[in-house]
Amino acid sequence: MDAVLDLLRTYSTTIAVIGVSALLALSVWLTLYAGQLTLGNAAFMGVGAYVSALLGRLLDAPFPLALLIGAFAAAVLALPLGVIVFRLRGVYLAIATLAFGEIVRVILLATPITGKGQGLNGIPPKTELWHIYLSLLVVAYVLWRVQGSTIGRAWAAIREDEIASASQGIAVGQHKLAAFVIGALIAGWAGGLSAHVTFSIDPSDFGFTKAVQVLVFAVVGGVPNVLGPILGAGVLTALPEVLRPLKDYRDIFQGAILLLVIIYLPRGLVTFIDVRRTRRLSRIGAVDVA
Amino acid sequence: MLLETVGLTKRFGGVTAVDRVDLGIAERETLGLIGPNGAGKTTLINLISGVVGADVGTIRLSGSDVTGLPAHRLAALGIARTFQGVRVFKGLTVHDNVLIGRHTRMRSDVLARLVPRPRQKADPDRARSLSLIERVGLGRRRADALAGELPYGDQRRLEIARALASEPRLLILDEPAAGMNPTESAGMRVLIESLRGEGLTILLIEHDVRLVMDTCQRVVVLNFGRKIADGTPTEIQHDPAVREAYLGTEAVA
Amino acid sequence: MAEQLYNAVFIGSIYALFALGFALVFSVLDILNLAHPTVFMLGAFAALFAIGTLGLPWFVALVVAVLFTGLFGIVLDRVAFAPLRSRGAPALSSMISSLAVTLIVVRLVELRYGGDFITFPAGAVPAFVLRVGDATFEGVRLAIVVLSIALMLVLTYILQRTQLGRDLRALAENPRAARLLGVDVERAIAVTFFVSSALGGLAGVLLAFAYNTLDSKMGVPLELRAFTVMVVGGMGSLPGAVIGAYILGFGEVASLVYLPTELRDAFAFGLLFLVLVARPTGLLGQKSPDRV
Repeated sequence: MDAVLDLLRTYSTTIAVIGVSALLALSVWLTLYAGQLTLGNAAFMGVGAYVSALLGRLLDAPFPLALLIGAFAAAVLALPLGVIVFRLRGVYLAIATLAFGEIVRVILLATPITGKGQGLNGIPPKTELWHIYLSLLVVAYVLWRVQGSTIGRAWAAIREDEIASASQGIAVGQHKLAAFVIGALIAGWAGGLSAHVTFSIDPSDFGFTKAVQVLVFAVVGGVPNVLGPILGAGVLTALPEVLRPLKDYRDIFQGAILLLVIIYLPRGLVTFIDVRRTRRLSRIGAVDVA
Repeated sequence: MLLETVGLTKRFGGVTAVDRVDLGIAERETLGLIGPNGAGKTTLINLISGVVGADVGTIRLSGSDVTGLPAHRLAALGIARTFQGVRVFKGLTVHDNVLIGRHTRMRSDVLARLVPRPRQKADPDRARSLSLIERVGLGRRRADALAGELPYGDQRRLEIARALASEPRLLILDEPAAGMNPTESAGMRVLIESLRGEGLTILLIEHDVRLVMDTCQRVVVLNFGRKIADGTPTEIQHDPAVREAYLGTEAVA
Repeated sequence: MAEQLYNAVFIGSIYALFALGFALVFSVLDILNLAHPTVFMLGAFAALFAIGTLGLPWFVALVVAVLFTGLFGIVLDRVAFAPLRSRGAPALSSMISSLAVTLIVVRLVELRYGGDFITFPAGAVPAFVLRVGDATFEGVRLAIVVLSIALMLVLTYILQRTQLGRDLRALAENPRAARLLGVDVERAIAVTFFVSSALGGLAGVLLAFAYNTLDSKMGVPLELRAFTVMVVGGMGSLPGAVIGAYILGFGEVASLVYLPTELRDAFAFGLLFLVLVARPTGLLGQKSPDRV
C-alpha cells in the first residue's frame, strides 16, 4: 500500500497529465465519432484554461465555478465556429479548425490581460488527482451511455453516410454541431483542470502541436468505443516516461511506435481488446476514421 | 393527392436535369417512373425527398407546400426512400440500421440511458425491428450482422426495412431491382406487391420495365428532364413518344 | 518602400518554393504530407554536411542536397504512405504517419547537430550581389525569387505538356482508371515524391544560404503557412500555390507595418480561415471541398 502511495506521489504529475490528456482525447473522440475531423480542441482547452485561471485570479471565483465558466466559454465559442465551418468536409474542416485554433492562440498572445507571451504564472494548484479522474469517469460514462442512445446512433449514421442519415430524418447539421460543442465543453473543462495543475500556462501550450497530439491520442487509441481514446492518451503519455532510459533516443522510439500503430493497427490500440469485431469491420471496409 | 409537384425544375450548370415536371401521386397508388438513362428520374426523386433543392416549382404533400424543406424534415413528414446503389450504414448492424430508420418516430432516450438498466426481456424497439427485418425477407438471425457483411440483394432489402421503419406515407424506391437476376427481381416484385397490398403509397423508379408494368397502376415517363407520358402501363406501352424515347435501347413492349 | 516590396517578393518566393512541393503531392495523391517541412530542413542539413564534412563547394553541395532529399522523399513514401494507400486508409492516417516520420527525422538531425542555430563554415556560402542602377540585389535572395517562378513554370509545363505530366494528372483524377490505362502508377508516385521533396530540399538549402543559419525546427513556421498558401491559391493547383504564396508574402509584410508583432501570425491564419469560409476552392482550385 505504501509502495502504491509512493508511486502515486512520484508520478503524480504524469498521472494528472494522463487524466487530462484522456479527457481531451475523449473530446476529440466525440467529434470523430460523428465523422468530423477537428483540430480545434487545443484552442478550446486554452480558452478553458485562461478563463478559469483569470476568474480565479481577478475575481477570486471559487474553483468549481471557474472551471464551469471556462468550459462554457469554450462551448460558446464553438457554437458559431461550428455553424460556419460545418459546410466543409474532411481535410478542409480539419484545416479550418486548425486555423481557428491558431487564431485563438495568437489572440491569447496579443491580449495584455492574458500576460501575452509570458503567459499566466502562479496559478494556484487547486486541482487534485481525484478531480481529474472523477471528471474522466463521469465523461467517459456519459459518452458510453450516449453511444447507445438515439443521438449516439444518429452520430454513427452521420459518420457513415450524411445523405442517407438526412433521409432518415436526422438533422445532420444540428447533430454535428452538438458533438462539436459538447467536445469543446469537455476540452474547456480539461483546460481549466490542467491550468491548476501546471501552475503556469502560455499560449504556445495550446497550439498546433497540442491539437495534433490530442488527435493522435484519440486515433491511436481507437474510435469504436470510449475506451480507445483513454487508452491512447494513457499509453502515449506514459510512453515517454517508460522510455526515459532511452534518453536522447526517446523521441525516435515514440515516432517509430506511432508509425507502426498507425500503419498496422488501423483501428487503434483498442483492436487488441475487440479483435473479432475489428476483423469484421475491416473485412467489409467499413468507414474508417484512421 | 398525396404528393403533387407543379412545374418542378432543377438545373445543374448548363444542364436542365428536371424540366417543369408536373407529377401527382394519389393515396395508396403505386406509381412507376421510367425513362432512359439520364432522363432525370433520380434528380426528380432527390427533389421530392429533399436531397437537392428545386430552382423553380412547388411540391405539395397532402396539400401543404413543402417546397424547399430539407431532407430530414420531409422524412419527418412521412417521405421515405431508398437509394440507387444501396446506401445502408455498412459499419452498423442490421438492427441499428432499422432503428435509425425509425429516428423520426423515436423520442430521444439520452437522459433515460444515463441510468444503467438491465436489458429488458421485451424490448419493443428490438421486436419491431425484428418484425420489419422479417417483413422484407431477411432472416431474424441477421439482426446482429453488420450491414456491410450482407450480400447486395439483402442490403437492398435492409434499405427497404429501414425506410419502412419510419411508417412513411410515401415510400420511394430508386431502382430496387437493379443488378438483380430474374429470381431476385421476382422476389423484389413479390415484396413490392405485398407492400402495395398493405395500402402503402409507392413511387417506383426502375429500368426493369417488366417489374414496373407488373406492379404499377400508373406510369410516368421522363426524357431529357421532361414528362413525356403519363398513363396506365398499357397506354404507355403503346405511346409513340415513349417508343421514340427508348428507340431500341430497351424493348418497351 | 522598395525595401519592403522586395522583402515581400522574397518571402513570397520562399513560400512558393516550399508550397510547390507540398501542393504537388496533394494534387496528385490527395495526401497532406506533414513531413514536407522536414525535407525542407533535411535539405539544409544535407548541404551543411556536404560542405562541412565532405568539404564540397557550395554548388555541388546544393545539387547533392537536392538529390538526397529527392531520394528521401521516395523512401518517405515507401515507409509512411504506401502501406496506407494499399489498404485505402483515409487522409488522416497519412497525416499521422508523416507526423511520426517527422518526429524521428528531426530527432536524428538533432542528435547529430544539436537543436540550436548553426551557421555554415566561413566563406562556404555564396555571397554575391547584383547591381542594377542604384539598387543592390543580394545574390542568393534574387536566385530564390527567380527560381521559384522558373520552377513553377517548368512544373506547369511538365504537367500540361509531357507524357509524365499526363500520367500524373490521370493519377490525380482516378488512380484505378490510370492503372487500367497503362500508367505505371508506382513510377509516377515515386517521381511525384522525388520532385516534391527535391523542391522542398532546394527551398531549405537556399533559405539556409540566404540567412546563413539553419536549425532543426526551421520548417515549422512554414508548415502552417503552406496550408494557407494552398487553400488561398486553390487546393490542387500549382500556379495557385505560387500565387497564394505571394499573396501571403505581401500580406504578411504589409501587416507587419500596421499590426503589432504578436499578431503577425494572425494574418496567415485569418486569411486561411476567411478563404475556407467564403470561398473554399480558393483562387484556382479544382477540388471541391464540400463534396459529400
